Amino acid sequence: MDHSPNRSDGKLRRTVALIVKESRQIIRDPSSIAIAVIMPTILILLFGYALSLDVKNVKVAVVLEDSSPTARDVASGFEMSPYFAPRYVMSMPYGEQLMRRGEVEGIIRFRSDFSSQLKRGAGEVQIVVNGIDANTARIIENYAQGVIGQWSQRRRAEGLPVAGAGPLVVQSRVWFNETGESRYFLVPGLIVLIMTLIGALLTALVVAREWERGTLEALFVTPVHADEILLGKIVPYFGLGVVGFALTVAAAEFLFEVPLRGSLWVLTFVSMLYLLVALGIGLVASSVTKSQFVASQVALIATLLPALMLSGFLFDIRSMPIALQYITYVLPARYFVTLLQTIFLAGDIWSVIVPNAAVLALMALIFMIVARVATQKKLA
Amino acid sequence: MESVFRIMALIRKELLAILKDPRSRVVLIMPPLFQTLMFGYAASFDLNTIPFVVLDQDRSAASSTFLGDLDGSPVFQRIADIHRAGDIKKLIDNRDALVAVQIGPDFERNLRAGRQAAIQVIVDGRNSNTAATALGYVNAIVASFNQKWSSSHRVSGPSVRAIVRAWYNENLETRWHMIPALIGTITMLQTMLLTALSVAREREDGTFDQLLVTPFKPAEIMVGKAVPSTLIGLIQATIILLVAQLWFAIPFAGSFLTLYAGLILFLVAAVGIGLLVSAMVATMQQAMLFSFMLLMPFILLSGISTPIGNMPEFFQYLTLVNPLRYAIDLTHRVYLEGATLRQLIPVLWPLAAIGAVTLPVAAWLFRNRLS
Amino acid sequence: MNEASNGTYAILGDKVRKTFQRKTGEAVVALDDVSLEIRHGELTALVGPDGAGKTTLIRLVCGLMAPDGGSLKVLDVDVAHDPQQVQNRIGYMPQKFGLYEDLSVQENLDLYADLHGVTQAERDERYPRLMEMTALGPFTRRQAGRLSGGMKQKLGLACTLVRVPELLVLDEPTVGVDPLSRRELWEIVQQLVGEGLSVLMSTSYLDEAERCEQVIVLREGKLLASGPPADITKKAAGRSFLAKLPDGAPARHLQSQLLEDPHIVDAVPQAGQVRFVRADGYKTRQKREPELAGITTRKVPPRFEDGFMMLLDEFTRDNAPASASVAAPVALERADQVNGADKRTDKHAELGDDVVVEVNDLVRMFGQFAAVNHVSFEVRRREIFGLLGPNGAGKTTTFRMLCGLLPATSGALRVAGVDMHTARASARQRIGYVAQKFSLYGQLTVTENLEFFASAYGLHGQHRRERLDWAMSQFELTSLANLPSGQLPGGYKQRLAMAAALMHDPDILFLDEPTSGADPLARREFWHRITSLSDQGVTVIITTHFMEEAEYCDRAVIQDAGRILAQGTPAELRAHAKGAGKMATMEDAFIAIIEEARHENGQALQAAG
Repeated sequence: MDHSPNRSDGKLRRTVALIVKESRQIIRDPSSIAIAVIMPTILILLFGYALSLDVKNVKVAVVLEDSSPTARDVASGFEMSPYFAPRYVMSMPYGEQLMRRGEVEGIIRFRSDFSSQLKRGAGEVQIVVNGIDANTARIIENYAQGVIGQWSQRRRAEGLPVAGAGPLVVQSRVWFNETGESRYFLVPGLIVLIMTLIGALLTALVVAREWERGTLEALFVTPVHADEILLGKIVPYFGLGVVGFALTVAAAEFLFEVPLRGSLWVLTFVSMLYLLVALGIGLVASSVTKSQFVASQVALIATLLPALMLSGFLFDIRSMPIALQYITYVLPARYFVTLLQTIFLAGDIWSVIVPNAAVLALMALIFMIVARVATQKKLA
Repeated sequence: MESVFRIMALIRKELLAILKDPRSRVVLIMPPLFQTLMFGYAASFDLNTIPFVVLDQDRSAASSTFLGDLDGSPVFQRIADIHRAGDIKKLIDNRDALVAVQIGPDFERNLRAGRQAAIQVIVDGRNSNTAATALGYVNAIVASFNQKWSSSHRVSGPSVRAIVRAWYNENLETRWHMIPALIGTITMLQTMLLTALSVAREREDGTFDQLLVTPFKPAEIMVGKAVPSTLIGLIQATIILLVAQLWFAIPFAGSFLTLYAGLILFLVAAVGIGLLVSAMVATMQQAMLFSFMLLMPFILLSGISTPIGNMPEFFQYLTLVNPLRYAIDLTHRVYLEGATLRQLIPVLWPLAAIGAVTLPVAAWLFRNRLS
Repeated sequence: MNEASNGTYAILGDKVRKTFQRKTGEAVVALDDVSLEIRHGELTALVGPDGAGKTTLIRLVCGLMAPDGGSLKVLDVDVAHDPQQVQNRIGYMPQKFGLYEDLSVQENLDLYADLHGVTQAERDERYPRLMEMTALGPFTRRQAGRLSGGMKQKLGLACTLVRVPELLVLDEPTVGVDPLSRRELWEIVQQLVGEGLSVLMSTSYLDEAERCEQVIVLREGKLLASGPPADITKKAAGRSFLAKLPDGAPARHLQSQLLEDPHIVDAVPQAGQVRFVRADGYKTRQKREPELAGITTRKVPPRFEDGFMMLLDEFTRDNAPASASVAAPVALERADQVNGADKRTDKHAELGDDVVVEVNDLVRMFGQFAAVNHVSFEVRRREIFGLLGPNGAGKTTTFRMLCGLLPATSGALRVAGVDMHTARASARQRIGYVAQKFSLYGQLTVTENLEFFASAYGLHGQHRRERLDWAMSQFELTSLANLPSGQLPGGYKQRLAMAAALMHDPDILFLDEPTSGADPLARREFWHRITSLSDQGVTVIITTHFMEEAEYCDRAVIQDAGRILAQGTPAELRAHAKGAGKMATMEDAFIAIIEEARHENGQALQAAG
C-alpha cells in the first residue's frame, strides 16, 4: 500500500480540500452571512444615507429688536443663505426659550440701537450658538460670519461706502471635494470598517470556533501541515473580503456617486494588502486565545475601534495629543485610510501610495509570520 | 414576599458571578475607562495644528503683516515658503500641508488704493470637515486683519461686526460634547451585551433549565437579570462621570439626582433590549452577533458622531425609537445645560416607553419559548 | 505493511512522563514514568478511572503533545521528534470527534480522504466498504450535525478509516453511545483487528476491555498493570460470588450493605442477583455478619471487572491518604431503615396516594416528527424508576415534559398529584432536577451555589441552615466548600448538582443520564447514594445508557423512536432476552427488545408499502 504523503501534489490537494470545506461552512453558517453581508449592508446604508457632517438649513431665531430697514437688510442675508432657516421672533427672552427647548440652534440678535450704532460707524450683531455640538456650532458660526460679510460685499457692489468687512477677502478653493460633501470621505472610510469586520472579527470567530469545538484535534492527526490549515482559512475569508470590498466600492460609485479619481486597480491592490493584515490579526487573536468570546473582544478592541477612532477616518490625527499620534503609527488602519482618501479623492499620487502601501505590506508579512508561529499542531 | 426573596437571591448570585471573576471585573471597568480617555483625546473635530505653506508674490509690508497674523496664531504652522504656484500641488497631495495661502503681486497696492485685495486659500478637502474647520480659522484671521486695517487706515463707512457667544460650551470643545455622550454610549454597549450574554450563557450551561424547575416565574428571572445589569451600568456611568470631571475637568451644570434618575430609565430600556435579544437567541455567539448588529445602528443614529439634524427625514424618524438618542440628549442637557427633571420630560417619557414595551415583550417571549 | 513497521511493537514507551501546570500554580503529574509495549496486530485497551491519564497518553502517542521525560516510539518513530511522520501513518479518533457539523456525511468523508491523499480508485473501493460497516449509506447527504450520537461516532470512525492506517488510536469511542450503537462500533473495530490492524483504544466499559487482547490499567498517572485481560481477571480468582435474592426484592439493598463491609472489594447487581468480590480477611468475619444469613451465595468464576476492582483496591490501600475519598461509602442517615418500608417514618411517607407520577398517552411533536409517541406509565412512591433507550429514543424529551420544561402536545401528565399543564409552579416545589451536564454556576463556590438554590426554593432561617449543613455533610462537600464549582472534579460536580436539586427536600428526584461518561468507581458510588436516597423516601426517576444500571431500578421502561417497547421490573425485562441463556444480562434484553421492535416496524412498513 502506498503511504507516501509527500507526493508532489499532496500539499495543493490538501489545501484545496480545506478551502472547499471552509467555503461550504461559510455558505451554511448564518453567522458568517451576518458578518459578511448583513452588517456591511447596514453600514453602507447608514454611512451613505444617514450620516452627514454637512450643515444645511440650520434653524436660527432672528431677534429683530431694531426693526429699521438696515437691520432687516442685514437679516435678509440669512434668508438667502442655503445654510440657514431663520425664524423671526420679537424678543430675546423668547429666542432664548426656543434655544433651551432645542427648537433653534442659534440666535441672531439685532439690538434696538443697531441702526444708530451703524450710523456711527460700527453696528454689532450678536450671534449665540448652542455649543454642545462644538463642531456644528463652529460651522454655524462661520456661516453666520459669512452672511454678515456678504452684506458688506453687497453694499460695496452697489457703490455704497463700507468698512469693517474690509478690503481683504479670501478666495478659497477646497481641493478634492469642492462642495465639501462629507459623504465623500465617510463612504470610502467605510471600506476600512468592512474589511476589518470580515478580516479580523469573522476570521477570529471561526478559527477560535474550531479550537472550541475540537474539530482541529482530529485534523491534526492527518498528513496536513500547519501552513496548509492556515492557508485553508486565509483563502476563503480573503475571498469573502473581496466580495465585501466589491460591494462597498460599487455602492460608493453607483449609489453615492463618490468620485474615484485614482485607478481601480491601485485601490484594489492596497485594499487586498489591508485585508491580509486584518486576516493576520484575526488569525493571531484566535490562535492565541482559542476562545470565540475572547478572540472577538480582542479583534474589536485591537482593530475595529481604532479603525474608527484613531485612523484619521473621522478625526484628524494631527490634532491628537502626541502620545496618541505615536500610537496611530502602529495601526494598519491609519495607513489604509490615508490611501483610501487619496485614491478616491485625489488620484494616484505615488508619493503617498508607495510608502503607505509598503507599510501595509510589511505589516501583512509580520502578522502572517506571527500567525504561522502561533498555529502549531499541538494541544495546549 | 417570597417572590422578592427569590429575586434578591438571583440578584446576589448574578452580581457574585460577575464580580468574583477577575477577568469580568477587568472587562467591566477597563473598557469604559480606556474608551473615555481615548475618545476624550482622539475624538475631536477641533484642529489644533494646521500645517500651511505660503506663496507670497507681493513681499510687501502688508503681506508680511498678514502672514504675521497667521504665524501668531497657535494653530497655524508654516512649514514652507514656496516660490512657484506649481509647488502647491505636491505639498497638498502628499499631505504635508493642509492649507496653502497664495498672496498675489498687487496685494499691498490694492489695499492702499482701497480696492479689494484677495488672497487665494487652497485647502485639502479629503476630509471635508477638517477642510471646513481650517477655512473657518483662516476667515477669522482675515476678519481681524480687516478690522485692524479699517481702524488704522480710517476707512469710512458703516461696518457690521458679529459678536459670537456659544452657550454651554464657551470654547467650542468637541470633548465637552463627546464625553457626556459617552456615558450613554458605553453603558448601553456594555449593559446590553452583558444582559444578552448572561441569559445565553445560562442557556448554554444548562443552568437556565435549572432555574426553570425552581419556583422562579419567568418575570422574576427577568427582574433578577435586569437589576444587576442596571446596577453595573450605573457603576460604569459613575466611572465615566468621574473621568469627565476629575480628569478632563468638564464643569457639571446640573443635578446628579436628575442625571441618575434619567440614567436609570435609560438603562432599564437598554437592558430591556438586551433581554429581548436573549429571548430570541440560543447561543452566546448569536447573542453577541445580534447585539452587535443592533448596537451599530443605535450608535451611528444617536447623534454622537454626526448631528441628527443633518440626517434625512426618514432616518430622523428612525432615531425616535433609539434609546441612545435620548440618553445623549439627557446627559448633554443635564451635564452642560443644567436641565431639570421637568424640562427633561420630552426625553424621559420615550425612554420609559421603550422600557415599558421591551420588558413585557421579552417576558412574553420567554414564556412563549417555553411553551 | 511498509518497511517502517517491521519492529514488533506498534508503540514502545519508556518512563514516559507528562506534567501539567494548573492555573493555580500546582503541578499535576498526568503520567508518572509509564513504560508500555503495544504489539502489532493486536487490540489493546487502555482502562482506568477518570484522571488516570488515558487521554494524555493517547495525545502523546498522536504527537499532539510532547512528553516531559522518557521516550515514546510509535511505529518505530520517536514521536516527540517527528510527530508529522506518525500523524501521516496513524488514524486517530478523539473523544469528541470534531466532525464539521455543517458538512454532510459525504463531505466530511471526502475532506479526510483528500487530506490523506486517497485516490479516486481507492475511494471507489473503500467507501462502499465503510458505508456497509457503519450503515451510514442512506445518510450520505445528511448534515453531520443532524446525526444521532451513535451515528456521529460511526462517521468519526469512518473518517479515520478512509485509508488503512498502520495504527488506529481511539479515545473512548463508545462513551455516551447506547448499547446498540456500541455493539455496532465494537463489531467494526473487531473486524478491523481481524484484518491485522493494530488498535489502541481507551474505554470505561470493562466488558469491552475484557474482549481485548491486551489491557493497560492506569490510575492517577501510574501504570498499575498491563498484559492479557485474563491475567488481571486472575487477581480475583476464588473471590467472586453471586448472592441470590428472594424473588422480586431489589438487589440494591443487599449490594449497598455489602459495599459497607471493608472486606468486600466490590458488589454490583447482576441479573437479579448480587455479584461481590471478597477481600482477604472476609472469611473470618463472615460468621458474625447476619445479613447474609438468609441468602444463598455461590462461588462463580471471576470476570475482568472483578480483577480490575482488586487492582484498584490494592492501589487504594497502598496510597490510602491520597485517594481515600474516591470510593468512600456514603454515611447513611438512616442506615437502620434499609430493610423495609414499614420502618420509615419520614415526611415522605405521610403523603397521600401512592402514584406520584402519572403519564397518560403523552405525545410530543416537533413539526412532523413525533419525539414522544403515545407514552403511558406510572411511577409509585419510593420507586427507583428507569427510562432506558438508545440515542434519540425520546427519553430526554419525556423527561423535560415531566419537569415542566417543555409542554406536551397532547396527553395527561401528573407529577406529585399536580397537572403539569395547569399548575407547573406548585409542582416545582416538590421536584428536584439534575440535568445531563450537572448545570451549576461555574464561577460561584460550592457554598454559594447551594445558598443560591436554597434561596431559589424559598428556604430561610433555621430550616435553611439545617438543609445547607445536611447537603454539605451528606454529599461530603465540606472540604471543597470554597472552591468555584467550575474547578470541581467530575464526581464532585455530580454530587453538588444532586445536593442543589435536593435542597428543598423534594418528593421526586429527576436525573438525566447522571452516569454518562463516569468511570466504574464513580458509578458505584453514585448508585450507593441513590439507594440511600430512595430509602429515605425519595422517588427517583432516572435515564441511563448503562443497561446494567437498570438492575438498580425497581421498574423501568424501554423506549425507542418515541414509543415504549417494554416496561416492568428488571426480571420482567430480562425475560425478553430469549435464547440468551439463563444469565441473560439487561443489555442482551435491551438489544433483543429493540431489534424485535424495529423488525416488526420494518415489516409493518413493508406491508403498508
